[in-house]
Amino acid sequence: MPESKPVLMQGNEACAVGAIHAGVRFYAGYPITPSTEVAEQMAARLPDVGGVFIQMEDEIAGMAAVIGASIGGLRAITATSGPGFSLKQENFGYAIMAEIPCVVVNVQRMGPSTGVPTAPAQGDMMQARWGTHGDHPVIAFSPASVYETYYLTIAAVNLSQKLRQPVLIMLDEVIGHMREKVSIPETGKLMVEKSSSNVPSDWKPYDEKGLTPLVPFGFGHYYHVTGLFHDQYGFPTGDPLQVERSLDRIHDKLKKYRDEIMFTNYIGHKEPRVAIVTYGCTVRSARAVVKKAYWQNRLPVGLLSLQTVWPFPDKEIEALAEQVDVIIVPEMNMGQIVGEVERYARGKAEVVPLNRYDGEMINPDQISEEVGRWLS
Amino acid sequence: MAVIEQLTQDFLRTKKLPHIWCPGCGNGIVTAALVRAIERADFDQKDVVIVSGIGCSSRAAGYLNFNTLHTTHGRALAFATGLKMARPELKLFVIMGDGDCSAIGGNHFIHSARRNIDLNAVIVNNHIYGMTGGQHSPLTPVGKKATTAPRGTLEREFDLLKLARGAGATFGARGIAAQPRQLEQLIARAAKHKGFSVVEALSPCPIAYGRRNKLGGAVEMLREMKDSSISVEKASSMDTSELEDKTLTGVLFSEEAPEFSEEYHKSINKENA
Repeated sequence: MPESKPVLMQGNEACAVGAIHAGVRFYAGYPITPSTEVAEQMAARLPDVGGVFIQMEDEIAGMAAVIGASIGGLRAITATSGPGFSLKQENFGYAIMAEIPCVVVNVQRMGPSTGVPTAPAQGDMMQARWGTHGDHPVIAFSPASVYETYYLTIAAVNLSQKLRQPVLIMLDEVIGHMREKVSIPETGKLMVEKSSSNVPSDWKPYDEKGLTPLVPFGFGHYYHVTGLFHDQYGFPTGDPLQVERSLDRIHDKLKKYRDEIMFTNYIGHKEPRVAIVTYGCTVRSARAVVKKAYWQNRLPVGLLSLQTVWPFPDKEIEALAEQVDVIIVPEMNMGQIVGEVERYARGKAEVVPLNRYDGEMINPDQISEEVGRWLS
Repeated sequence: MAVIEQLTQDFLRTKKLPHIWCPGCGNGIVTAALVRAIERADFDQKDVVIVSGIGCSSRAAGYLNFNTLHTTHGRALAFATGLKMARPELKLFVIMGDGDCSAIGGNHFIHSARRNIDLNAVIVNNHIYGMTGGQHSPLTPVGKKATTAPRGTLEREFDLLKLARGAGATFGARGIAAQPRQLEQLIARAAKHKGFSVVEALSPCPIAYGRRNKLGGAVEMLREMKDSSISVEKASSMDTSELEDKTLTGVLFSEEAPEFSEEYHKSINKENA
């Protein structure tokens, strides 16, 4: 694959480029800081590849239009931030229920409410998990660099298509606005096949035997799509057996394809005593700590960064907790993912939150100080 | 096979019947008019998509044998906009109730009109939220009672077609369940119109609206609907005093303007040429 010359690129732009490389041909959204550059990039780039960009009347409509386009057979994405993410939740849940592929980008800013629109935060991690009502499965990625934003966007689009499951990209203001040197391929490496209307005649949109590809509307398969619980043809049902089976179905596919969903990365000492677990821009500060503590001073310190935050990397945390005395969880919120880490550490290791919620990044010194306390 | 039987076989999901609507409800009449209108418009069945919101009338989608999309409350037009932009060749009919379209979905309604996107909105107006048991909507006439307006609503109602026209819709018509043939013709004309079209279909809800307002049963409500309406053609030769309290039916406006999905795809093709 020919690599292009290195370019200086913003995270939000890398997201747009990654989406287009993954075959996305539809964007609908509403302007909001700090995600607007994703929309601007898509508005500039999509017409060149014959795609559709539309600025909708509100955030809710942006989410709805993306689902509509996806049912029409176009790969579709939308981007937003905090308040807009709240507004998108109902239709996001619809896409989960109706199994319509799409990607939703949330460039997190300081909340709650209007908060500090230009300040970074990681305060929407639990909203990503439980923001829409009902007992639903969620896939969420959290990139820590511009290049990671590019490839996780491609992975998100592909997974979304394969599993017929919406995928969240939980960026933050730091990564979204930061410019880094990246070398990205001219065309996508990870493209999957185009959706096709050529399916067996007994094709069912929600086949009880398992996943089937989505046949877009307009090809003579007259099925029904609804947010109601439905049978394998898509028609509403209130039958307890079918309701339960339907809910199991959307959860089971994530379990079945766990290996393709789960991205984590460990760096540092082979037998660490102190581990840092984090995600998004906070990974960068943690990396600086490991660089100094392990690479320079050979201290038993390691970093497990979570590119996949949901479904939660439970087994990875369990394994890590077996090894270490303590897991430090730095987050730019009042403590969200730390609760999950604690849950899967199962008392095998101490779990220590490290929080900052003043709209500034957690710096390496803060993490270093905490690490030092546990090493002494 | 008689035409109507053929239509039933082709365009209705007969296995999904009986429908969920109450006795005396007008939704079945409007749905039947829609089916005949699609036949009249002579579209290829595979190109037709029915999109609907949430509410009694929106359940019609499940009974119609096309690609059908039952969306979320108020958002049918926003879903439809995405689909139409992705696949401009498809013929979309968007069924909404009065509350669905004009309250929670009001923003999407005016912006669909402003864009003049080629969607055929069919609003079944029974003046009430039926599925939740009779709350007032933005189309409940002032003074009428509802569970959430037990003394009669003080809120003034929208004139949906004036709203649509003001926002930029290029076709607006009103029909009534009491005159299903005319309703069918109106929906067929809307279907052929290029641009955002709105057909308001007045429909009786004896259970959640009529009973509380002492309007009688379905027969009385349909009769009253017929007596109080007048076609735009007849109305054109009448004084304004004679038209007081009359509801106009027929095509209220029809004009030409650039259609959004076509303009968009033309513009990107030009850029790429």
